[in-house]
This record gives sequence, C-alpha cells and structure tokens, in this order.
Amino acid sequence: MRAAAMQRGRAPLPALPRFRAPIVYGILALALTALVGRSLWLQRVDNQFLQDQGSARYSREIELAAHRGQIVDRFGEPLAISTPVKSLWAFPSHFDAPPAALAELARLLGTSPDAITKKVEAADDFVYLAKQLPPEQADRAMALGINGLHDQNEYRRYYPAGETMSHILGFTGDHDVGQEGIELAQQDWLGGKPGSRRVIVNRRGDAVEDVEAIRAPQAGRDLALSIDTRLQYLAFRELKAAVEANKAKAGGLVILDIASGEILALANWPTYNPNARNKVAREKMRNRALTDVFEPGSTLKPFTIAAALESGKVTPDTIIQTAPGTLTIGTATIHDAHKGGALTVAQVIQKSSNVGAAKIALSLPAETMWEMFSSSGFGTPPKTGFPGEVAGRLRPAKTWRPIEQATMAYGHGISVNLVQLARAYTIFATGGELKPVTLFKTSGAVAGRPVLRPEIAMEVRRMLEMAVSPGGTAPKAQMPGYRVAGKTGTAHKLDGRAYTAKYVSSFVGFAPASAPRLVVAVMLDEPGTGVYYGGDVAAPVFATVTGAALRMLGVPFDAPTDAIVLPPPGAVAEEET
Amino acid sequence: MVRVNLLLLVILIVCALSLVTSRHQSRKFFVDLEHEQARARAYETEYGQLQLEQSTWAMPARIEKIARNELKMRLPEHGRIAAVPAGDAK
Repeated sequence: MRAAAMQRGRAPLPALPRFRAPIVYGILALALTALVGRSLWLQRVDNQFLQDQGSARYSREIELAAHRGQIVDRFGEPLAISTPVKSLWAFPSHFDAPPAALAELARLLGTSPDAITKKVEAADDFVYLAKQLPPEQADRAMALGINGLHDQNEYRRYYPAGETMSHILGFTGDHDVGQEGIELAQQDWLGGKPGSRRVIVNRRGDAVEDVEAIRAPQAGRDLALSIDTRLQYLAFRELKAAVEANKAKAGGLVILDIASGEILALANWPTYNPNARNKVAREKMRNRALTDVFEPGSTLKPFTIAAALESGKVTPDTIIQTAPGTLTIGTATIHDAHKGGALTVAQVIQKSSNVGAAKIALSLPAETMWEMFSSSGFGTPPKTGFPGEVAGRLRPAKTWRPIEQATMAYGHGISVNLVQLARAYTIFATGGELKPVTLFKTSGAVAGRPVLRPEIAMEVRRMLEMAVSPGGTAPKAQMPGYRVAGKTGTAHKLDGRAYTAKYVSSFVGFAPASAPRLVVAVMLDEPGTGVYYGGDVAAPVFATVTGAALRMLGVPFDAPTDAIVLPPPGAVAEEET
Repeated sequence: MVRVNLLLLVILIVCALSLVTSRHQSRKFFVDLEHEQARARAYETEYGQLQLEQSTWAMPARIEKIARNELKMRLPEHGRIAAVPAGDAK
C-alpha cells in the first residue's frame, strides 16, 4: 500500500472520487460510535465483570476465626481448651517433591520418605499427610516449598485432666464439634461461629480499610462445671485403687455437695484418655454413673423404713420379729445372711435385715412405697444436664405382686443409677428435702423439694449412723474426726431373669453426720476376689474419699480425731442383698 | 470578584490536599490497628496454650507423684493428727 502511494506521489495527482471522503468520515464516525457505545455498555449496563475484577485487585474477604469456649472447673481451672493446629494435605496429581525435600518432610513428620510416597500414590484426589500438627512444625514443612503440599488451619481440643474426667467432659470430633458428654450437650454454648468481613488491601496485602462486615464472628462461651478438680482426682484415684484391689469389672463414685446440689466429683472405671482415643472401645466411654442402671440392694432400705415411719405404722423402736431368718411369700423365700431374732426398726437398718425390711414393707400399701420411691427421684432422670442419662425402672404400684413389694423393700426389682442414689440420700442429709443435682456451677445453696418431715429424716439419719457403728454392717465406713451416716448394699446381679452369684457392692453415705456437707456414693461392679459385701468392699473407699474430701474443704471435725473403733476381723455383720 | 475566586480556589486546594493526607493517615492507622489486633489474637492463642501447659503441670496426679517419689512426703498417721479448735488459734 505504502509503496503504491509513494509511486503515485511522484505522478501528478489524479482527481479523487468525490464519495471517498464521506465514506472515510462515515467509517470513522461509526467506529467512534461503536467505541462510545461499548464503553457506555461496560460502564452502565454490563459492568459486573469489571467491577468484580477491579475489587478482586484491591479488596479481600477475611475469615474471622472464632474458637470454642473453654470448659473450666468450679475454681476456673481449665479442663478443655482449644488451640490452633495445622493439618498438611496433598493433591496426589500435583504432588512433586525433590528427594531432599521429601526426606526433610519425612523427618519433620516422623515417618519415612517411602511411607509418604506410598500414601500419596494410594490416594485418588486428596490425602492428609499429617493431622493436627503444632503450627510451628507445619510451618517448617510448608517452608520446604513442595509443590502440591497444602496446609489447613484447625483447632484441636486438649483435656489436661486426661482420663480422670473424660466421662463427664466427653470430647469433640472433626471441626471441634462436640461428640460426647458435656461437649455434646453444650455444643450451642461452647461452639464458636466463624465470621468474615471485606476489607481494602494495599499492595503489600495489609488491610487498609474496612468495607463491610459480612458475618460477625461469634466466639464460643466458657462453661464452668460444678466439678472440683482436686476432689475429682481423689475420687478417681481411690476408685481405681479399689477396682484393682477387688478385681471388679467396673466402678463408680459420686460426691455431691448437699447445700447446692452440685456434683463435685463423678468418677468412673474403666476409663480412657480423651487426648489419645483412637482405639478406645465404646464401652470404656460410657459414663456409667449416669447412663447405666443397677439394682441397688440394701441401700434402698432406708426409704422403705422412712415410708413406714412417715405413715405412722412403726416407730424406730417398734419390734419386728425376723426369726427364723427367712420369710416365705407364695413360692419365694427371702433370706437374711445372719439370723437376727427380734429387732427394732432401727436395728433392721443397722443389721440390714431383709426379712425385717420386707415385713415392714408388706404392712404398707404399695402406693405408699411407690410414692416414697418416686418422690425420692427413682424412676425419673436426675436432670444433671448430661446427655443420655437414664431414669431407671420403677414400675407402677398397681402391677406389684406381694413378693415384688417385699423384694423392693431391700432394693431388688427396681433399678437406679448411681447419681440418683446419691441424690436420694440428700433427703436424710437435709431435713427431708430432695435437692436438685447439677453438673454446672451454681451460685450457692438451692431449695430442695420436701419429701419427709424433718423429724423422720433425723430418725433415719440416726439409724444410718448406727449402721456404720461397730455393731452395724459398715464399721469400715468410719473415719477419724467425722461422724458418718450411711448404708451398705450388696445386690445379686440379674442375668436375664435369674439372679446369679455375681454382685454389685455399694455404699452411700454422708458426713459429717452432725451437719452434713457431702453425700458420697460408691459402687463396685462384680468384685472378683471372693469378698463382695458392700461393708467390706465399698465402705473403705467411702471412708478414704469422704475423710480426705472433708479435710480438703476445711470442714470442722465433729468427732474425736484419734483412732476409730473397728470390730475384730471376721466380726463384721454381713448382709445379703 | 477575581480575588474572592482565587481565595476560594486556594481554600479548595488546601481542603483537597488535607483530605488526601487525612485519608492516608486513616489508612495508616487502620493498618496499625490491624497489626495490633493480629498480635492480640496471637497473644490470646498463646495465653490459651500457656493455660493448658500450666494446668497440665499442675494436675493433682503429677503433684502427688512428685510429692511421694521425689520429696518423699506421706500422709500422717491418724494418731499424729491434732485438731486445733478454731477459737484457740489466736
């Protein structure tokens, strides 16, 4: 073109066609219009794409983390804390590590280069190389600059108390969401909701201006439990020692604060470590004291007696003839372990006579007994705030046959959990009030629901003090410095429909008897050394735990602190329920 | 008239410049604020980790082990405990 024009330049100018200029102007005008139109179109109508591209260059959406709240004990000691960790993951298709970097990565992760290669090759599209590493360790791995290796921020929950408190707290699963125990029950309270906001960033990536808050982050709230870490450890240690010494299958121990109804300690055996729970059997995770029921045996006798006293049918001094130590109802026979002869009502408790308790029960209408058991909290969940707690079984009075009413008098044919049992004893520890129980810290004393007249509660308390005296079934529950009241239980276990030679040994009591502060309930499932009476197996645990707990709490002594009187070995009054 | 306009122009320029400076200042402050907030979050995380560490060290099980094994401490026998009534303490 240009060469042609230059050639023409030398020749005389030919006349231009007249229409040529208008055509050129027209084309230029059209082009201009198109440009203006296009720019108007982009500016006004179809501007979303450019707006997005523009804001992508100067604004960012920032994730605002919200961590899960802590669980603390009644004094603020942390029991569950979330702390940031990092996980490393890889895209197998992009993963490409030079041998030196791979070796260094393997060293950081504590594995071998071959193991990493194998893991990556075995995966299809996404593979975790290491989960929940300390952030510094993950940062060092990322600093190797391996292609296809990515990190991800997470939270991990730590439980400093480990196995001593795992049943109460439970644990969290992926994304720090509660899966068991209090972590599950209080998910809404503890869980944080991450938020995000949009900011303008400068070329270094620093935020220079807030544009909008998209979602406000909501941090998880802290939660204070009623548990006292020191008492919990004490309870756990003694329970563990007792389970091992008696070769028991399982055990439970509950310490209740009588004034406030708070559970100060709740220990279970077997247990697990929530910080390393990869291969723990579900069975060990059960909070047996709340989710399992057992037939309580003689620990229920005081309620039968209380119902009889309340109805006016008997007084503590009424004589009950328990000779010859058996009582036949229909085809079934009730036995006493030791023939007692004529006993007062108080001695029926002290010696734990089945025949005596059954005779007293049979003198009452079934409804009266049902009323007493039911208002003592049996047959309804204890409402501690723990998920999956059970109600136990208390059948309606209409369906009771006489033999059932007689056996229920000493705690067979009815099932309870350990916390229910401990709570029911608050009736005798207070002036006849059933206290509500809770696993959460409360602000002090709470009012209970009146169940018994105060003078009846005091009468039963005196009988329970006799039961732990040298003439009773549980002299081993005594402790120096404090007066104690309590009751043993030794129940045959049901296997299907038949009672077997396996036992649940228990002791429930409270101290100091002059002004009770704590109810402590101990239960050992299937002691396996041949010794199985509650007075021999559970009562010593009660004495150790309660004595130490009262001293820790600074409760003044109400009895001499020198030696306690134990009867000679072998003279312990035995019982069989 | 011209003078007034010139004066207004000068004022306008001063205002415009001060707007630019204050905008710049505000962004700088905002960056500082962001940094401080990030540090606060980091401290919070560290505080949590320290709390965790402290409570791990202070677990009764560990204290008891040290008291028994290293410091050779033990519980006194019952006969060696004397109770002092609260009133006599003074």
